[in-house]
Amino acid sequence: MRLNRSLAGRVRKRSLSQVTAQPVPSLGSVEDVQEALASQKYIADTSLSTAIFLALRLPKPLLLEGEAGVGKTEIAKVLAAILQTDLIRLQCYEGLDVSHAVYEWNYPRQMLAIRAAEASEESRDAAMAEIFSEDYLIKRPLLQAIEHRGKAPVLLIDEIDRADEEFEAFLLELLSDFQVTVPELGTMTAEHPPIVIITSNRTRELHDALKRRCLYHWVDYPTVDKEYRIVTSKVPEINDRLALQISHFVHDLRQVDLYKLPGVAETLDWAAALMALSQRELSSEVASATLGAILKHQEDVQTVRKNKLDELVSAAASND
Amino acid sequence: MTSAAPARDGNVKEPGQQLLRRSLRFGRLLRANGIKVTPSQVMDFVNATDYVGIHNRRVFKDAAEACLVTKGEDREMFSILFDAYWRSKRPANDQDQQIFKPSDDSSMEPIEGLDDAETEDGDGQSEFGEGMEGLAVDDDADAGDLADADDSDLESVLTYSGSEALRTKDFSEFTAEELEQARILMKRLKWEIGMRKSRRKVATPKGRFIDARRTMRKSLQTAGVPLRISERKVKMKPRSLVVICDISGSMDRYSRLLLQFIHTIENDMARVEAFVFGTRLTRITRVLKKRPIDEAITRVSKEVQDWAGGTRIGESIQSFNQDWARRVLRNGAVVLIISDGWDRGDPQLLGNEMMRLQRSCYRLIWLNPLLGSPRYQPLTRGMQAALPFIDDFLPVHNLESLELLAEHLSNIGEYRPVRRQAPLEFVQQRMTSV
Repeated sequence: MRLNRSLAGRVRKRSLSQVTAQPVPSLGSVEDVQEALASQKYIADTSLSTAIFLALRLPKPLLLEGEAGVGKTEIAKVLAAILQTDLIRLQCYEGLDVSHAVYEWNYPRQMLAIRAAEASEESRDAAMAEIFSEDYLIKRPLLQAIEHRGKAPVLLIDEIDRADEEFEAFLLELLSDFQVTVPELGTMTAEHPPIVIITSNRTRELHDALKRRCLYHWVDYPTVDKEYRIVTSKVPEINDRLALQISHFVHDLRQVDLYKLPGVAETLDWAAALMALSQRELSSEVASATLGAILKHQEDVQTVRKNKLDELVSAAASND
Repeated sequence: MTSAAPARDGNVKEPGQQLLRRSLRFGRLLRANGIKVTPSQVMDFVNATDYVGIHNRRVFKDAAEACLVTKGEDREMFSILFDAYWRSKRPANDQDQQIFKPSDDSSMEPIEGLDDAETEDGDGQSEFGEGMEGLAVDDDADAGDLADADDSDLESVLTYSGSEALRTKDFSEFTAEELEQARILMKRLKWEIGMRKSRRKVATPKGRFIDARRTMRKSLQTAGVPLRISERKVKMKPRSLVVICDISGSMDRYSRLLLQFIHTIENDMARVEAFVFGTRLTRITRVLKKRPIDEAITRVSKEVQDWAGGTRIGESIQSFNQDWARRVLRNGAVVLIISDGWDRGDPQLLGNEMMRLQRSCYRLIWLNPLLGSPRYQPLTRGMQAALPFIDDFLPVHNLESLELLAEHLSNIGEYRPVRRQAPLEFVQQRMTSV
């Protein structure tokens, strides 16, 4: 019975990869990486492409830091799509522990199995051994990544700064040798070490020991030109004029003293909002009405509305 | 110990036992001076002497340091205490000079007060020499008392005299010598910051949550019946502390002392983030980890050229809110601002930023050295603007007030103080009417 189940799982996975059967790009150079990213509508500059290229080559975990909404998580998703492999995601939070990150035993099933063994008068020892077998193991993301068969998966450890120091320390161990020990089952080692992408919003400083084990890249706000290309590729129905105005507006807005500067995600939201309102170019009235798409703090909205908005709109309009 | 018992009765002390007694007393001396030493560490040290011997003073000292010192910043104090306590025998003859290297002799500096005790003793034998050499083991009945006198003298040297007077003396009136004494005293103060509930759970004999994993494992011993339920409880962690210090002009001295004071807390697991400002906010957390506080502040002061520009508290708090608040004010951090409130900037800006800061931290404490004076009224425009958004307004002008602050911090409760949730416009109106 156990054999059947694991077979079924394997077959399903294989059929999944057959659906997306296309030649995997070789990614032999930085330019290849950049092109592959662009083909997935991810506009990356050379430094980011280089970091990804090296992370794949060395191989080393890639630590991406940057403000919220600059496309850190997206990199992992796009990378999994390019390599046509599975994306395994671990969202971090305070108090994240082994039972949620690595594995947990399925207690209800174990208890039922004990009852069933009693009823059928099976050998008790056999039943005890049975309930700590792999069938009763709930695999959480990190174990999934290590146990993963076939192509190396992309393991995304998202917002590591939200987890606490204890988890960070645990991660150090995992990242160095990609193995996990389940006391009842033994040590499991990854057949193909996963491609690890770690993101951080810098809400706290990460420990130097973790940084030391990773390649580091700071994902910055894009330049006007890059943002324009992102907008036009992600919101294809937008007209060039509006896309350019939006890019200039947001770029200038980021020079203002604000509590939270808008990220690329906000720019795209705003572009979509303006499209929904059938706008063909930026005007002060519409910008003021839709400011909530890019600014999420009341103080920021007030600052901009009060004395910056007209200036920003006219500056953006003059940049055609 | 059975072999040692008759020796004690017979008033004859074995060298080893002498050393043990001396070591225990040394441990006590270290504790009295703020170096946390456990009895088992002292025993380790005693055992270590079996292996390293006591012939080479430097090796002996290194061994003692390895066994007894667990914090880098205690090393200096340890060295002073060690040199004072374990003095080598004064070279009475050539043999001694061979035993102790010249450099070792020069390094020992008996602290005043000890010398007298030594000369009273008459024979000039130090305990350092006697235990190990086996030469002239001091088996007088009063040898113990004498050693006790040694210790208390030593303690009193390191304790400041007239402590009561010093405790209530304003820092600004301190002489350089008194400042140094105050620093030593601050190191000794034991204090801790309030705890917060973390999201992590730990195993405990009695807790609120069931530990399913352990319960299941244990149940195997009782044929799958969970007779013994393992439990877990919420792990408590110390709150992180953020210190924002005004280092302009007259505030400089208070800030240095406060930072020194805060520094001691860092060793007890709590995370401390430190910022200083005059006209511009600078983070010094990383610098403080590597350098002494004085050097760190001096470096920062050098970078800031325009002292004449005056303090800009509002702008500094604003840049803290914009650049750092999200990064360092996690998990219920306590914020300490130390400043006299002489703000050259816009008081309305300061008010707004203080309001924001108060909302994003667990507790906002403003320390003002001027508050120590009974006639002080917080009338400056800056102080007036900031006052509505401060949870605790405390003085920080002398050692007594620092002790009060320590007590206050360790008593920070599980609930946030009630905050003003008035709309921005309302507060602004209120402030302009003031």
